[in-house]
Amino acid sequence: MTLDVLYFAWVRERIGLPRERIETEAATVSALVEELIAREDRYAAAFADLSALRVAVDQDLTDFGASLSGAREVAFFPPMTGG
Amino acid sequence: MAVRVQKAPFDLGAEIAAFSTGLAATGAIVTFTGVVRDEDGRLERMEIEHYPGMTERALAAIEDEARRRWSLTDALVIHRHGTLRPGDHIMMVATAARHRAAAFEAAEFLMDYLKSRAPFWKKEYGADGAAWVAAKDEDENALTRW
Repeated sequence: MTLDVLYFAWVRERIGLPRERIETEAATVSALVEELIAREDRYAAAFADLSALRVAVDQDLTDFGASLSGAREVAFFPPMTGG
Repeated sequence: MAVRVQKAPFDLGAEIAAFSTGLAATGAIVTFTGVVRDEDGRLERMEIEHYPGMTERALAAIEDEARRRWSLTDALVIHRHGTLRPGDHIMMVATAARHRAAAFEAAEFLMDYLKSRAPFWKKEYGADGAAWVAAKDEDENALTRW
């Protein structure tokens, strides 16, 4: 499947781009993260501590165990600081 | 009910005047405005990043929840992104209800939720360099009271 993967705040800075399109067969967010980490050091650096990250699938906040079945967009970012 | 995410400044007085017009069934309007602190002169500016699309969805969901819980007659959330400087208005919420307790509580609920559940991130630039603002445990803990 084709996924749009988005990065925000320091995750975007560490990976060095705001979004990319990825071909993957990952069934879950965790599996996608494993694929990304295996790619390059900058991904490994960004995903070193998953407890410091949040994830949204198709713009809904979820967790790393979430299924990617039917998903079109996955976003990774640090805890939000609005207000 | 409205949610607005914008780069441009908003006119606080005009927003409150517009919000409070035509609310004959409402006995109470509460507004809150978030202002950029200068952090004792150390902050030069702040860059607010957000997730277009998800931001509007998240804010609308939070607003719907507030409306449902407190039977609000109206609510408004405006949140800015981009470059902001000390003294600038970052965001505002307004709530309208029949009685003030509901209006105050709903405004606090909106604030607590949009701090931790709306996809905004702040980066501060100043005398100490640049740094992403870290989320505070107390902000996450604030959600448990609702």
